Amino acid sequence: MNVVIRKAGLYTMKIGIPRALLYYKYKHLWEFFFDELDIEYIVSPETNNEIVRKGTTYAIDESCLSSKIYLGHVEWLINKCDYILVPRISDYGSGGTVCTKFQAIYDVVSNTFRDRNIKLLYYNIDPKAADFEMIAFLKMGKFLGKSKSRSLYAYLIAKQMQKCAQLKEIDEQKQRLSENKTKILLIAHRYNICDKYIGEPIITFLRELGTVPILGDIASKREALAKSIEISETLPWTFNKELVGSIPLYKDKVDGIILMSAFPCGPDSLVNDIVIRRVKDIPILSLMLDEHEGSAGIQTRLESFVDIIRLKKGDFNEKT
Amino acid sequence: MKKLKASFPHLGSYHAPLEVFFTAGFGVDYIVPPPITKRTLEIGSRYSPDYVCAPFKYHLGNFIETIEAGANTLVQSSGVCRLGYYGELHEQILQDLGYKVHFVNLAKYKAPKPINFYNGFKEIKPDMSLTKIAQIFPVVLKMFEHIDEVEDFIRQNVGFESTIGSFDKVHADFLSDLRMIRKKKELNNTYRNYMKRFKEISVKKPNNPLRVGIIGEYYTIMEPFSNHYIEKELAQMGIIVDRWLNVSNTLLHYPKKEMKKHIEDYVKYPMGATSIPTIDRALDYAKKGYDGIIHVKSFGCTPEIDTIPVLQNISNDYKIPILYFSFDTQTSETGFTTRLEAFYDMIVMRKEAKK
Repeated sequence: MNVVIRKAGLYTMKIGIPRALLYYKYKHLWEFFFDELDIEYIVSPETNNEIVRKGTTYAIDESCLSSKIYLGHVEWLINKCDYILVPRISDYGSGGTVCTKFQAIYDVVSNTFRDRNIKLLYYNIDPKAADFEMIAFLKMGKFLGKSKSRSLYAYLIAKQMQKCAQLKEIDEQKQRLSENKTKILLIAHRYNICDKYIGEPIITFLRELGTVPILGDIASKREALAKSIEISETLPWTFNKELVGSIPLYKDKVDGIILMSAFPCGPDSLVNDIVIRRVKDIPILSLMLDEHEGSAGIQTRLESFVDIIRLKKGDFNEKT
Repeated sequence: MKKLKASFPHLGSYHAPLEVFFTAGFGVDYIVPPPITKRTLEIGSRYSPDYVCAPFKYHLGNFIETIEAGANTLVQSSGVCRLGYYGELHEQILQDLGYKVHFVNLAKYKAPKPINFYNGFKEIKPDMSLTKIAQIFPVVLKMFEHIDEVEDFIRQNVGFESTIGSFDKVHADFLSDLRMIRKKKELNNTYRNYMKRFKEISVKKPNNPLRVGIIGEYYTIMEPFSNHYIEKELAQMGIIVDRWLNVSNTLLHYPKKEMKKHIEDYVKYPMGATSIPTIDRALDYAKKGYDGIIHVKSFGCTPEIDTIPVLQNISNDYKIPILYFSFDTQTSETGFTTRLEAFYDMIVMRKEAKK
């Protein structure tokens, strides 16, 4: 288990952060923000079978696997901290909107665990109501009893750290792109591909096959958003735009694309079809993952996909 | 130039005002999509992604059948959930299937500003006359309202008609008469006449009939084929059916603020699409002591899935039974009726126990 606990002197209040959904996107922003404010926090462990099982019990059957896992993480945090961080995002203004799951998650959590007496720490990003990210964080700082200037300072530092982390990621990916091996672009939401239960087995297996996984989510967001128009004009969801936009950015440098979604992801159900219909000159594999999936089925499909790519490239013996 | 023959997917009985809007407003022909059948759903699902929500498949089936019926200009609306992205994929699928049609995707003009409507309309017919549209627009809006008023009345009474089918017959006449209307005055007269005819139909209502409220997702709740004619089934069991969700309540007079305030004990933020009315109506039916609530949606509809934990809490707090239906292309008729009958038996027993 890899549980992060940061101690910080006098403050006894402890925040719980579920390691799911937006955590993977805002990890640095949240952690550095709380660090700067000297607030103790605890991040739930990497997703394990128990968390998936709990999440599946609490979630409505038809919810997507990612949100089931989220509820599992929230459940794990109950009674281990004072407040659980559950932010809500309405949309990103001109940058696009989000899956309604992110608009609803605060109320889903509070209604699902109503009888467990949980307290939620939240912020709301809604450009239409002038709730921008910075204002949302200042409000959160106020709720935590911190002065405005201190919260602002913490937010700016955290934001800077997040940017640095992103640049570093992109740099590392650049190096991977220059490797002389079969490279596969993974188009998957970060909360899926980075999850120990959903995505990590796939990345590990691709590495075992001697290929280099390239993450579509690691790319300059601004460039990716702009590039997404090349593939789809009316795509409403920001996260999907960023992913789709990474295809034109990386397509010429990779040998194949895997579209990986959690069952039954709403946005992906349409976007994957658009990608398959419009991106023609590169092999594409579409993978759908749910909580009943055995690893053997997935591994067979990955293996044959990599074989096809190598056959196409003409060097079938390139195995490490 | 070829004559424009426009078409829009089915939604309940609203093809009548749409036809008036296209023919009188744009001066183009309007092809009403053939009635939805098993075949519509079959061809729609054949070419759709597997796990997309059912309305996408119905729409695609409508488009293909309406092309076969002669339409050459297809219109798809924008929306706040997945619906907002339907158009682009529909267009791509139809193109890949080799259909050569003009596809107007209103999602390209998504911000609800007059200028965007104008640009969207312009794409349907470049040389349209704004005056004609401005003349017919209020009539069309009023027509939506009248259809909704009539259908509200039917839902309250159709279960108790003395001769089965009398309401349906008048309703069909009403819709076919609406298609000819171009003036507000004609519309008022027709509406008044038909309302009179509806009220003249003999109904035998018991003193204290069962009341059930229907809530749920926009398409599935309004398109009877996609919900296995649930309102009709309930009516035949002798139940008064209440449904708030319709076009005039959501698009024309949407009391969003009041509703948000009403449900603030349960939810803090809007959860997307029709979640606010779903929760608000459920709470209202619960407070008014209805015998039960039925929640309908298509499989995988995220906003409606997210309302379910809230509905469960309302159900617990007010002790009101809620039946959840999730329709997809494979829903079995037997499974559906069995659950509905069990629900009926349960609310009847509860009612008797209360006496």
